[in-house]
Amino acid sequence: MVDLLEVSGLTKRFGGLVAVNNVSFSVREKEILSVIGPNGAGKSTLFKLISSFLRPTSGEVRLKGERISNLAPHIAARKGVVRTFQETTIFKNMSVRDNVIIAHHLRSRANLFGFFLGTVAAKADEAAFGQSADDILALLGLASLAGETARNLPHGHLRALGIAIGLATNPSILLLDEPFAGMNHDETMRMVSMVRRLRDLGLTILLVEHDMPAVMKISDRVVVLNFGQKIAEGTPPEIQANDKVIDAYLGSEDEAIGL
Amino acid sequence: MTQRAMTLSVKIASVAVFLAIVFIAVPVLIAASGRTDLYYTLTSVALLSIASAGVWLTFYIGRINIGQGAYALMGGYVSAILVVNHGWSFWPTLPVAGLFCAAASVLIGLPILRLRGVYFAMVTLTLTEVARLLALALPITNGAKGMVSIPLPGALSVFGLTIIPDFATLRNSRLAFYLLAVTLMVVCFAVMYRLVHSRIGKLCQSLQQNEELASSIGVNIAYLRVIAYAVSSFFGGVAGAIFAAISQSIYPSSFTVTDSVNFMLNCFLGGLGYVFGPMLGTLVLYFGWDLLFQTGQFQLLIYSGLMIVLMLVLPNGLLSLAAPTRKN
Repeated sequence: MVDLLEVSGLTKRFGGLVAVNNVSFSVREKEILSVIGPNGAGKSTLFKLISSFLRPTSGEVRLKGERISNLAPHIAARKGVVRTFQETTIFKNMSVRDNVIIAHHLRSRANLFGFFLGTVAAKADEAAFGQSADDILALLGLASLAGETARNLPHGHLRALGIAIGLATNPSILLLDEPFAGMNHDETMRMVSMVRRLRDLGLTILLVEHDMPAVMKISDRVVVLNFGQKIAEGTPPEIQANDKVIDAYLGSEDEAIGL
Repeated sequence: MTQRAMTLSVKIASVAVFLAIVFIAVPVLIAASGRTDLYYTLTSVALLSIASAGVWLTFYIGRINIGQGAYALMGGYVSAILVVNHGWSFWPTLPVAGLFCAAASVLIGLPILRLRGVYFAMVTLTLTEVARLLALALPITNGAKGMVSIPLPGALSVFGLTIIPDFATLRNSRLAFYLLAVTLMVVCFAVMYRLVHSRIGKLCQSLQQNEELASSIGVNIAYLRVIAYAVSSFFGGVAGAIFAAISQSIYPSSFTVTDSVNFMLNCFLGGLGYVFGPMLGTLVLYFGWDLLFQTGQFQLLIYSGLMIVLMLVLPNGLLSLAAPTRKN
């Protein structure tokens, strides 16, 4: 398998605090890689560094060999690294379908002025986006809610809409920020199978997550962070047997690491 | 499909009625009643609504803009200086004033549009005051004396064909200014309508609702914000330029912080969710203020009280009354 995304020597300092310390790993094409770690391990910072929402102090992130760190977020998105957000980060006052349509922005061939004039290219774009949005909504089980105003959606569907928005950008790699947070068991299982289905469709997924049982179920490989440093990397069974990981989670029940 | 065709015919009919009212009914009624002073009032409403439309657009990208007075003042001075000092005809100064303001707003907007909420509002509030002080201080603006006796707009001809006659030769230059202002207002709101109902409008909404998410889907938010602000300032500059031409003068106090605040209130009153909100808001606010003149010293008190009540009762503006259900 080919490495799609390489993280090498990534470090982020906030004043005296080293939130992410010399972390390196790579994500292979069409795999689900999870980054886990106890609270404050630097997961969220790492996530923002990879999606270019933060600039690293040192080190870099490469996508297909091309450097993507130190760019503006919208340029990283254009290169194919697209993130979702925790909780309810959606366009609240738009319909579900419009949320997904607007997220096709990167695929538009017409420019702003073309959309203003309503040129042939702009009309073709609009039609294509509408069609693609319907496909994505159907894939994620949101088709029946297409006309609903986004802020009225229940929790689980909001998360799915967040992923739909990410998918609409046609990413090379989709970064999911705690996709299972705040979900009950049934919702988590539904989300796990949804993320699996995306991978089966050929998408590469990197997720940052708290929910260990779900991570063990879903991931091809797992990277473990503690105090900003990578302490382990491997398949779920390897991680569950790793002494350092067990130490990091010492004090928590066995079920916290999915045993 | 038939329903869509119906709403389209309703739209066309409303536009036709609106055009008939402003271009035919109003002049006929004014001629019949002899109240030619109303021309000046309605011209002002049309121009103020153009400036307010600009403010509305910045609201649409999620920024509270209390600085439109600065661009109106700037536009007025650009036009006046070109006409008086450089002997330009009024007509080319109109787009030049707009473009000058748009260019200035790009320079000003690049740093300040990064601010959000009350911080952006505060900075724009000071812009109007900065513009006034600049007008007082710069040698080219003639200080506190302002620029006076600006000639009326001359004839506009293209290829020897006179499209607009010389305003100075007209018997009724008030009517001419009214028609000019209303025409520009119609053009301005047509542009705004098209902007908002094209994909650009959706992109602006995406900025308003969540800038982080917008940039995560690849929207260049800094670029889009500056574009919207430049269009907004263009409208402000054009409105200011015509004001200078009508009153044949411009002073540092022609547009003050009060005007900037009023532009914003026009948008609030009409409705931030409706393209035509600023037009209705300007009309109601302008005439409402005049009507309250009868109440003398209580004018401002009643006016402010009514505004507060309206914002509490109708937070989405007057137009939310006409369109209460926008599909649930």
